[in-house]
Amino acid sequence: MEWMAWTLPTAIFFGCIAALLITFTILAIKYPETPRVGILRIETTRGDRLFITLLGSAFINIAWLGIVGDHQPYALLVCLAYAAAVFRWV
Amino acid sequence: MNKTVNQKAWFLVLPVLVLVAFSAVIPLMTVVNYSVQDSFGNNEFFWAGLEWFDELLHSERMWDALGRQLAFSAIILAIQIPLGIFIALNMPKKGVWVSVCLVLMSLPLLIPWNVVGTIWQIFGRVDIGLLGYTLDALGIDYNYTQDPVAAWITVIVMDVWHWTSLVALLAYAGLQSIPEAYYQAAKIDQASRWKVFRYIELPKITGVLMIAILLRFMDSFMIYTEPFVVTGGGPGNATTFLSIDLVKMALGQFDLGPAAAFSLMYFLVILLISWVFYTVMVNLDKRDGV
Repeated sequence: MEWMAWTLPTAIFFGCIAALLITFTILAIKYPETPRVGILRIETTRGDRLFITLLGSAFINIAWLGIVGDHQPYALLVCLAYAAAVFRWV
Repeated sequence: MNKTVNQKAWFLVLPVLVLVAFSAVIPLMTVVNYSVQDSFGNNEFFWAGLEWFDELLHSERMWDALGRQLAFSAIILAIQIPLGIFIALNMPKKGVWVSVCLVLMSLPLLIPWNVVGTIWQIFGRVDIGLLGYTLDALGIDYNYTQDPVAAWITVIVMDVWHWTSLVALLAYAGLQSIPEAYYQAAKIDQASRWKVFRYIELPKITGVLMIAILLRFMDSFMIYTEPFVVTGGGPGNATTFLSIDLVKMALGQFDLGPAAAFSLMYFLVILLISWVFYTVMVNLDKRDGV
């Protein structure tokens, strides 16, 4: 695994992603749901909303880095608020 | 009736998962690891944090390449989609000419990318190329190695030549699936040719056109070989698209960290736009009850 150049922060990052995917898979099996239509006027399931959250969070972090350029952990707070909004209204 | 639940079928997906893991997931994870580090070779890495992302976000070079890439994709979509539909509408619907047309249309799609590049590189040369020589003989100043406009025109015409037939074939398949009854109804209503296209053909081929747009967008946004063979990204940086710039950075300069950060941002843009196209496509299908 040395060739993959692992670091602790990236391992934690991928660990979180893996944990999210496992959690949502278990949720989908235990509590199946029907898709719903939110403010984007498209049908979404929990999995879709997770994808929208993760993709949006990546762009929020990049935008924060480009515009604010400092205090990167605060971008995560914005991502959490964004995630809550996506799961509530999308 | 009770439905039999058999989750063992999931094991049949395992080979695909293993393939995708080795061909996509593990390389992508490695790129993420590289993007936050610096390396001088010898498999030694030094923590750099978000430095490469920060540097790239403020790099004129990357924004210029992104601008060129978006312009290229927009131009080829604006040409190839209407042209492909136009060709499909004019292709024969029955008879022996159908096969002839289909084979002729498929030919450019069968040629490998680097061969397409080489064909057009020679074709456009002023000294030995048919196109370059003819234009020169007509007194038109055309030299794709020195003039950025000529280089852009060459790369765009080459892509249109290579890929318009894909759009035409997809649109043709969509048109062929429209039942004859629709045309008969239009005839009874004395609908004009334009109205038949606008209210029958276009709505019926929207789904297949979305696939064509998605395929052409993704392919054009990742284009590398053809422009690299024809212009090498020049003259200057005139045709240096994102992938050409990325290869220069990763392999030419061996800047693995910045190149990995560049790759990730490139990947995110493609992922976002593809998701938008995919969502629109799926929702169109649902609206049409497919």
